[in-house]
Amino acid sequence: MEKSSIKRRSFLNWFLGGGVIAWLGTVSYPVFKFMKPPEIPEADQSQVTACTFAELKASENKYKTFKFGRKLGIVVLLEGDQLRAYEATCTHLDCTVQYRPDLNILWCACHNGKYDMTGRNIAGPPPRPLEQWQTHHDEATDNIYVSKGEEV
Amino acid sequence: MRYLYKLLAVLVMSAVFSLPSLAVENNCQSCHADWEDEGGPASMWDGDIHKEVGLTCADCHGGDPTLEDMDEVRQGRSYVGVPKTVAIPNFCGRCHSDPSYMKKFNPSVATDQLDKYWTSIHGQLNEQGDAQAATCVSCHSVHSIQPAKIPSSSVYPMNLPGTCAECHANPIYMKPYDIPTDQYDKFVGSVHGRQLLEEEDLGAPACNDCHGNHGAAPPGLDNISAVCGTCHARQAMLFAESPHKEAYAKAKLPQCETCHSNHDIIQPIDEMVGVGEKAFCARCHDADSDSKGFETAAAISDLLDSLVRIERMAEATIDEAEIKGMSVDNERFALKDVRSALVESRTLIHSFDLEKVKPEAEKGMQLAAATHLRGLDIIEDYYFRRKGLAISTIIITLLAIVIWIKIKRFDNS
Amino acid sequence: MAGMKTIGAKLYDYIDERVKIKELVEYMGSKVVPKHGHSIWYYFGGLSLFFFIVQVMSGILLLLYYRPGADSAYESVKFIITTVEFGWLVRSVHSWSANLMVLMVFIHMFSVYFTKAYKKPRELTWLSGMALFGLSLFFGFSGYLLPWNELAFYATKVGTGMAGAVPFIGDFILQLMRGGSEVTGATVTRFFGWHVAILPAAFTVILTVHLILVQRQGMSEPEGWANKPVSEKLYMPFFPSFLLRDLLLWLIALNVLAVLAVLFPYGIYPFHWELGIKADPFLPPPLVIRPEWYFMFAFQTLKMIPALVMGIEGEILGIFGFSIAGLIWAIVPFIDRSKPGSIKAKLFLIFGLCAVGFILVMTIIGYLVE
Repeated sequence: MEKSSIKRRSFLNWFLGGGVIAWLGTVSYPVFKFMKPPEIPEADQSQVTACTFAELKASENKYKTFKFGRKLGIVVLLEGDQLRAYEATCTHLDCTVQYRPDLNILWCACHNGKYDMTGRNIAGPPPRPLEQWQTHHDEATDNIYVSKGEEV
Repeated sequence: MRYLYKLLAVLVMSAVFSLPSLAVENNCQSCHADWEDEGGPASMWDGDIHKEVGLTCADCHGGDPTLEDMDEVRQGRSYVGVPKTVAIPNFCGRCHSDPSYMKKFNPSVATDQLDKYWTSIHGQLNEQGDAQAATCVSCHSVHSIQPAKIPSSSVYPMNLPGTCAECHANPIYMKPYDIPTDQYDKFVGSVHGRQLLEEEDLGAPACNDCHGNHGAAPPGLDNISAVCGTCHARQAMLFAESPHKEAYAKAKLPQCETCHSNHDIIQPIDEMVGVGEKAFCARCHDADSDSKGFETAAAISDLLDSLVRIERMAEATIDEAEIKGMSVDNERFALKDVRSALVESRTLIHSFDLEKVKPEAEKGMQLAAATHLRGLDIIEDYYFRRKGLAISTIIITLLAIVIWIKIKRFDNS
Repeated sequence: MAGMKTIGAKLYDYIDERVKIKELVEYMGSKVVPKHGHSIWYYFGGLSLFFFIVQVMSGILLLLYYRPGADSAYESVKFIITTVEFGWLVRSVHSWSANLMVLMVFIHMFSVYFTKAYKKPRELTWLSGMALFGLSLFFGFSGYLLPWNELAFYATKVGTGMAGAVPFIGDFILQLMRGGSEVTGATVTRFFGWHVAILPAAFTVILTVHLILVQRQGMSEPEGWANKPVSEKLYMPFFPSFLLRDLLLWLIALNVLAVLAVLFPYGIYPFHWELGIKADPFLPPPLVIRPEWYFMFAFQTLKMIPALVMGIEGEILGIFGFSIAGLIWAIVPFIDRSKPGSIKAKLFLIFGLCAVGFILVMTIIGYLVE
């Protein structure tokens, strides 16, 4: 009687220990998974690196596209090394605008909307200029940073 | 009391503002206002652009406004009075075709309206002495003329279809010309009409965007694609490079119109392409006499169908994952790219070239398939979460039971 | 087993030799908990503590990815729940546990009130408990804004606006809370500071005091026990009987928390925390502006008071009323020195019942009228 009771207790203790370990496992698995940074880098929504200034300057038509969060952006180099960045979405019906080398304009294929390189709507149905973003050229890294600052 | 002040203010203001005209002494206005009922020239004149730029009745109708006796006015050398209907274009053209005069009011205003008018069907009928044919005032109104950019103007884009329809939708009025009168009704239901009139998108075309305004005429067979191409540039370019351009010209088929019709253009459907019952291709390309065209049509149609099917499948998977409470923001974003590949494929149909449609459609299909798989993964994750929960719940419950037994044990001892 | 015990005993001796824990262990060993029909209420303090611990842990995890600020708060929370593995779970646990903690705190507080456990010598325990209660609500209020979504934005606007209605110092409080005259990114930064630094520090200190007091004074015995013969009083040892029961309950609580967090990651109507759309002061406010459920009674009351009552602004009157009631509630151990069964004792019982009834009715009305 005494013996079997001791046996039962030690069995119970083993069970308790095993249970605690298993429980720690179920808790620590998600915790460690959570702590491991995802492969996709954190989306810094307030600022992105569009490209380097050298890349932009070397590009044939002085423009580069980039992704800003979930939007497509376009950065252009105007006369006198002036930088401009726009959201590459047509202000008419939200199609994506693209560069047209033959006319040197930003062009929306959906309804032939045209913007000049300063983002102004110059022909077709677009009611407004392209949404403009702020640019900043960091001399040290040569990176062009684009942000959605409030003042443009 | 407050009301009185307001009234007083209005009186004073109107006195101040009417001072210059009092100085000129416009007897036309004062007499006509006395004689006329509501709706006469004197009452309609307010808000007219000509009044706003400082012109008076006499600037168009002639006569000496300082005279008080009507008969004296009529006998004056400069008096023009009411022009005959057919004479109206030249009546307005006295000023509007004179660049140096018009420059005084608006340096950038166009002065080619009259020249264009003579090229229009309206102008040609007018030349033949047809008093029914539209003149300037038919569209611009007589004494309350406003520029097209003002929303209350009869020629403001959203008002223009109704203005044209006043004559063109009237079967009795249009009877002598033997042309249809259903254009307005068709336009209202068309994709353009809805975009303009319901969505109030001023970028959408009104009558004049295809037909011209002062030079209004139906586009010719060969230049329809030029008309549509002002907005639908990609499609027009693709069409111009396609074998259809020459073939249509030979067969005297109107370019875009052959498939899309004109005033009642609806949102195109994929069934329009291919060799099925609703398909337009099969009307000319049949399997026996023209197997190449027939096959191309069938192949393009197959591509589109596959893309649409796989897109729907991906969408359904993502929907299911979302209904299960999973977050699918990134996948929704990918579906947008699938959608734009589909739109691009549909645009490329206008090349009527399988080799051009294929890469774009395949790109869309690959993306849609990947998104579909992502969706399946997410749904799997949904079940994985529940399995994980079940395991941890079992473990915790077992632990709780062990502790319960321990409590009982201590309570007994 | 025998070997293990000696290791345990050696370790015990090693520590005791250096920090003298023998007395403490003996003290804990002789601690007892009264056993009676209302013993169940003893456990809610422990449950509140459990959820607080979960909050600290899940909160630390969220800190790995959360970034305050108008441009990054919403995006980082979205990143946590869409991209980080098990991020949805950590946020869900944090939200659920927050609500359950507040619920447990409410139950704990009311059970102490109705069992009159606040009476001498436990006045300070009650006061520290009231401070913890206030901090818990402030925790909830400050945490609600952090995802910077539409719902939180307007709830915070309304909530801080109410504080602004306080006479004389209202505007100062409002500016202090919002970090400006409007709810902006500065408010998020401020609330974040409160939520992860100031409140946890204050809470930990007061909680320690609260727990030491509870341990020193022991569990309060029911009022009726004062005249009972010792032989009729039943006790159970704190260690291990009560502690094991506490542990059992914690495990059950953990289970419930896990089930809720996995099956309803965004809560259940009407208590939910779906991320929704990002806060945008220029968009029209949503149809339903709703505070968290534990503020609903106050929100609803202030909504229902007429704009002007006897020449005083209704909102000010409401806030004044809540302040008076709250003050009476906080100092109840000092004003209630009644004997059991006396009229005065009954008055305090009625006051408590009125408070519970008022909170319940107003909360229900609040959810019905929206």
